[in-house]
Amino acid sequence: MGLAYHFDWGVLWRQPYGIWLLKGVWLTVQLGLLSWLIALFLGIFIGTIRISRWRWLRVLGTTYVEIFRNIPFIVQLFFWYFAGPMLFGKTLQFHINAIMGLNYYVAIVGLGLYTASRVAEHIRAGFASIARDQYQAALSTGLTEIQMYRYVIIPYALRIVIPPLTTEFLTIFKNSSIAMTIGVAETTFMSYKIDSDTFHGLEATTGAMVIYLILGLSVVKLMGILESRFRIAGLMGRK
Amino acid sequence: MFDAVIRNLPFLMGGFWVTVKLTAFALLGGIPLGILVGLGRISKKRWVYYPVTFYVNLIRNIPLILVIFWFYFVMPILVGRPMDPFPSAVISFIIFEATYFGEILRAGYQSVSKGQIEAGYSTGLSYIQTTRHILIPIAFRRMLPSMITQSIVTYQDTSLAFVIGLPEFVRRTAIVDNLEVRSIQLFGFVAIMFLITCYISSVVSRRFEVKREGGY
Repeated sequence: MGLAYHFDWGVLWRQPYGIWLLKGVWLTVQLGLLSWLIALFLGIFIGTIRISRWRWLRVLGTTYVEIFRNIPFIVQLFFWYFAGPMLFGKTLQFHINAIMGLNYYVAIVGLGLYTASRVAEHIRAGFASIARDQYQAALSTGLTEIQMYRYVIIPYALRIVIPPLTTEFLTIFKNSSIAMTIGVAETTFMSYKIDSDTFHGLEATTGAMVIYLILGLSVVKLMGILESRFRIAGLMGRK
Repeated sequence: MFDAVIRNLPFLMGGFWVTVKLTAFALLGGIPLGILVGLGRISKKRWVYYPVTFYVNLIRNIPLILVIFWFYFVMPILVGRPMDPFPSAVISFIIFEATYFGEILRAGYQSVSKGQIEAGYSTGLSYIQTTRHILIPIAFRRMLPSMITQSIVTYQDTSLAFVIGLPEFVRRTAIVDNLEVRSIQLFGFVAIMFLITCYISSVVSRRFEVKREGGY
């Protein structure tokens, strides 16, 4: 009985574990940044078509968002990784499964597609939160439609959308940890691997937490600066 | 088409039941703790505000998967014996989701404009009356949709208990897929199940939101 556990924090830097963790961090950063590129471009595109004038485009955008938001990311990942190659038929499936580091590419694309649906929602909400009068007021002062977007709508929408997008950027690094379930050797995977090697999973996962904190807090810091700079006056915030 | 799903339906639905149970426990613990966290976050007492804020910022910056692992490793040390994945998962989810529910509460409170509170005082209402009749009804209406959304997110999140070997819906599907190798229909089935249940819940929450707003 009692605390029969002896801490061994050395697993965080002793070789080869230190190198494992560093390699994991490098993969986490890669996964986050590359899938963010996909998420941002695709998300802005889908968010924009959701407010377009053509009904079928809106339906398409909404369908995308509903599908990707309502299925857990881990299920999407498993589907792309295990079922994805099967969708191409027997012969192609063989070649796809032979690709080196397939799980890495699947994780990037899968995370990108998933996060795009969340980005799209923020973009749509950003545009939707702008009152119709703003558009009319801008046009009535003699601005052209392009000038209206350039000088009124987009500056306004951006200040609304930046905070949630920064949060989303933070989330993508956290969600990249789920890629471990298809064997991508990122930070969380490595901390688990250290556990199976040393039985010191507690120290390894605590170390991984600190790594995510350092990664995250730098983004949060940025978000705080942006948010206070773009705050809309008169709401019941702190201070 | 769905032959492998039908053959293993009792086993798969057993996993679905574990998922539902885990969600229920996570919400039953997570929402009350979340309310306390939210109150701590709007507290003016420094010794309440700072520790709670630290806890919230800590947990919200860590991937859920890591929180699940961490509790899975730490619980046996605290309890002194190996622990079942289910209670360990329940504890991780309560600790994790409470921070999100807490932030929803805080945001709901802060979304109420100062003017409305001042208007309450100026009509002669006391602090308690203002809180009871103005602040809480307005904040609650604004919070409700996010609370429901976060509950749906919690339900989706429970699939991550996969990583500590909890035989929930996704884990059981992966087990069946290992034997049957019918990935399209098996993972398609899980995806459709989540899609339908989450979509219906979100439609219900949206309906509810409109009704509440229209009531005033």
